[in-house]
Amino acid sequence: MASAVHNVVETKNYLNSDFGIKSWLLTTDHKRIGLLYLVSITTMFFVGGFFAMLIRLELLTPAGDLLQSDTYNKMFTMHGIVMVFLFLIPSIPAVLGNFLVPMMIGAKDLAFPKINLLSWYLYMIGALLVIYSIVTGSADTGWTFYTPFSTQYSNSAVITAALGVFVSGFSSILTGLNFVVTMHRMRAPGMTWSRMPLFCWSNYATALIQLLGTPVIAITIMLVALERLFNIGIFNPQLGGDPLLFQHLFWFYSHPAVYIMILPSMGVISEVVTCFSRKRIFGYSFVALASIAIAVLGFLVWAHHMFVAGMSVYASLIFSFLTFLVGVPSAIKTFNWTATMYKGSVYLHTPMLYAMGFIGLFAIGGVTGLFLATLGIDVHVHDTYFVVAHFHYIMVGGAVLGYMAGIHFWWPKITGKMYPETWGRIAAGTIFLGFNLTFFPQFIVGYVGMPRRYHSYVPEFQILNVFSTAGASILAVGYILPLIYLFWSLRYGNDAGPNPYNATGLEWTTASPPPKENFHETPVVTWEAYDYEHMPPIPEEEPVVHR
Amino acid sequence: MGENFPLWPTAASAGAQNVDALFIYLIAVTGGVTLLVFLLIFIFAMKYRHTKAKAVQIEGSVPLEITWSLIPLGIFMTFFVWGAAIYFAQATPPKDAMEIFVVGKQWMWKMQHSDGVREINQLHVPTDRDIRLTMISQDVIHSFFLPAFRIKQDVLPGRYTTTWFRANRPGRYHIFCAEYCGTAHSGMIGEVVVMEPAAYEAWLQGGRGEGSMASVGQKMFQELGCSTCHRFDAQGRGPNLQGVYGRQQLLDDGRSVLADDNYIRESIVNPGAKVVAGFKPIMPTFQGIVSEEQVLALISYVKSLSTPAQTEPASNRPAVPPQAGATKVQ
Amino acid sequence: MSTVETRPNAVSTHSLHEHFGDLEQQREAATLGMWVFLATEIMFFGGMFTAYLVYRMAYPVAFDAASQDMNFWAGTINTIVLIGSSLTMALAVHASQEGKNKHVVWLLIATMALGAVFLGIKAFEYHEHWVHHLVPGPYFQFEGPDPRHAEIFFSLYFAMTGFHALHMVIGLGLVSWIVYLAARNKITREYHSPVENVGLYWHFVDMVWIYLYPLLYLVAHKHVSG
Repeated sequence: MASAVHNVVETKNYLNSDFGIKSWLLTTDHKRIGLLYLVSITTMFFVGGFFAMLIRLELLTPAGDLLQSDTYNKMFTMHGIVMVFLFLIPSIPAVLGNFLVPMMIGAKDLAFPKINLLSWYLYMIGALLVIYSIVTGSADTGWTFYTPFSTQYSNSAVITAALGVFVSGFSSILTGLNFVVTMHRMRAPGMTWSRMPLFCWSNYATALIQLLGTPVIAITIMLVALERLFNIGIFNPQLGGDPLLFQHLFWFYSHPAVYIMILPSMGVISEVVTCFSRKRIFGYSFVALASIAIAVLGFLVWAHHMFVAGMSVYASLIFSFLTFLVGVPSAIKTFNWTATMYKGSVYLHTPMLYAMGFIGLFAIGGVTGLFLATLGIDVHVHDTYFVVAHFHYIMVGGAVLGYMAGIHFWWPKITGKMYPETWGRIAAGTIFLGFNLTFFPQFIVGYVGMPRRYHSYVPEFQILNVFSTAGASILAVGYILPLIYLFWSLRYGNDAGPNPYNATGLEWTTASPPPKENFHETPVVTWEAYDYEHMPPIPEEEPVVHR
Repeated sequence: MGENFPLWPTAASAGAQNVDALFIYLIAVTGGVTLLVFLLIFIFAMKYRHTKAKAVQIEGSVPLEITWSLIPLGIFMTFFVWGAAIYFAQATPPKDAMEIFVVGKQWMWKMQHSDGVREINQLHVPTDRDIRLTMISQDVIHSFFLPAFRIKQDVLPGRYTTTWFRANRPGRYHIFCAEYCGTAHSGMIGEVVVMEPAAYEAWLQGGRGEGSMASVGQKMFQELGCSTCHRFDAQGRGPNLQGVYGRQQLLDDGRSVLADDNYIRESIVNPGAKVVAGFKPIMPTFQGIVSEEQVLALISYVKSLSTPAQTEPASNRPAVPPQAGATKVQ
Repeated sequence: MSTVETRPNAVSTHSLHEHFGDLEQQREAATLGMWVFLATEIMFFGGMFTAYLVYRMAYPVAFDAASQDMNFWAGTINTIVLIGSSLTMALAVHASQEGKNKHVVWLLIATMALGAVFLGIKAFEYHEHWVHHLVPGPYFQFEGPDPRHAEIFFSLYFAMTGFHALHMVIGLGLVSWIVYLAARNKITREYHSPVENVGLYWHFVDMVWIYLYPLLYLVAHKHVSG
């Protein structure tokens, strides 16, 4: 299949085929839209990160001395809203998925290119609404918008923030719709479901959740906004409204949303681990079906966020049980990735370092999830820093590390340039270290009893919080490094060539950066995914292509 | 470790020690597996470095997949059963527990002992006595969190929730609000003061105020005019409330409902929602007229109208005898 | 797996977008896309239906009483109007498959007219509720046994019918777009998937009403007298 590489010397590609602002803002090319997303979500990531930094600085001391308590409450609310709805949910699907899914299945574009562009605009409108809400006073409800606080008691910009979430939700729905239709209808000849890269499988599973979950939160958040606007009373306890109804509707989406964030990362890891172990994935069909199982089971566990909310005991028992079930496919994936490295030929490039970090940290995030699924433990640790640590292990240790792995892995494909390997490794190490120092102490302080969303806290929690804040500053450095060297590489990086890692996958058979139509001829697939047996090893030196 | 740097929370009840035991079991099992994953990744990365090893293609192994699906599932089930057992015990307060009412509001906790003693952000309780908390919020959702007892329960507006504990070590322990509730959420904290029973009795003597909650409730029952319709005979325009608490009530539309704290509260603030069979929906709402504390007093009074023999076995009668108030009524 | 089934490369018909291999693939993609979209719409309304069911089970008395204040005839006529519009829409889709664009245009205009009638009656009902102080909020007044829970009923009523009406308005926009396509003969025997898909959408919105109608208008037991 190495011979499938066509047109190594490519002059016209998707980046230089058109010029001017209009050619970007009105583009329907999935690759350009991916880049539009890359720029916008990176911006939002640093906005959300800025809020996180303020939170950590405030928590350096027990007294609430840096920020006013209302300001602090707005900081963690906006940190949550920005990171969840404007970074994590779109991150991998909208950037890497947009760029890669059509190429991986040998299509010229997504099924509905205009809708794809529309979904970016919806994302931008959502993001601008959220930014506008920050400027005009910001919401202070927590990203969870719990009623009746959000509907009746908060005096902040809840409506605009809610509208922002609502609109960006439709961006997510349309992306999912595009992916599902594309994977069903646009695969190249020979690209059967069982030959599809696992990145596509996991994006497919993600799309299912986006399609079936997002509308529910959209209407729920909308009802909150309407209740504030028009005084209707669907969640109002004074009228007999059930405060748990909102939580059920909210978590019906927002728990599966966690899988929207983590599944695409799992897909990236499957691509990276195989490439840098030079091996087939261990148990392809188990890994693929585990994604679907997670997506399906993920819809049946939402009320595990409500074990102390006043739900019936029997409901809690059922949801606890189902939550343990969803742990099984996650465990399957972890073991399969590990087994893929067994008897491989392992290269420790930057993406692989991130992938190994992902497996380890996801394992920690996963098993602490089991603690929370265990009813007797959850009563104690619910809404404490234990939970905060747990979901950051999943969302940062998992989703963000997977995203970083993917960005580095496909950077040469996207830009045609190699990232600097040494700096890449240093940044990966820094992020791993900073991350653990930030969040591991939070497991302990959580079990000791520190509740989340506390602006000030009792003095005995301080030392662990100091560790956390110290870790956060290391983590910040770790995030800024790639920002710098990736920009640097655009100009000074080595030319990548079409396939710098000798990786399998259709995206590597075309030039880097790819031509506008991805492939000059529709590829015909006759091989299984991850056919590394027939690929040469990764070149020792960073490839330098002389023109 | 020291006072200022705890790595483990104090355990002040037998329940807390159970939770700790389960927690340690989970750490041991999951920690072992996680360590194994870390070790394997490290070993594979070293042993199979590309400089030393050529890849051997392996498709996978169905027996292995089944093994590492079923073994975790089996282990998970031990977590599930043990955790569920603790949770179930936590959700079913012992029958003769001493009852304390908690009203949460932005941003303080108001506690009421059945015999009338009130506290704010402090809760005095004796050791070795089951304490049952019946809680409600005046505004948003709060959560009553007692780390030393490993318990937490959301406190909802419009509905009572309960939890219980039995302290076994005198001392002062944190109360936190664990559900984000607005500006001073992190200031909505207090302490439980656990005292030896003798010391607790002495403390109680010092603080008695306007009489037991049931007697306060009785006074209100007269003042609000409830007694004009809810008479202690069959002639009233409203149902006779004697012996009602803890029993099934037949409703106007054919359903029946257990007359518990939540039902009585609803009947006061939303009287039209569940009208007892044979009566007209003529009672006005008292929402906005009586505070949550006053509703609790009225409930205590209604409760005191049911003699122990008439209550359901699982009813939640306060252990501090409300008969004191009840006898005054009759 | 039949391997080399090379798709006829971009037969340049005006209606084939270049990233599709052929019209058949394009049509299938569009249809699947619409079905998937309708699945998300079901979930969207599903959230409100869930809320309705939860409250209806909790407060049956109030919901019965509140439902009696609905204008039964307005709801019934609207149901008939919408079923009629679905019929004209179905006929329009059929005509488009046969390439009879003139029929398509007239049938779609009939559909739009019926849709407008529906919205008009709905507006009239809203006005009635306004006059009778049945709009939730500070001015809400309800003469019934359980006014607070009745207010929840009306909150749900306005949310559900409001979002349904919004979908109707969007539907009218879509229909006028395909009227334009058909009038300019951009719809052909080979390329009629816009009509089909807008038709699917229109039927879906009608279906939502078919569920709303009994839940909101017919739920009251007749023996309960207001």
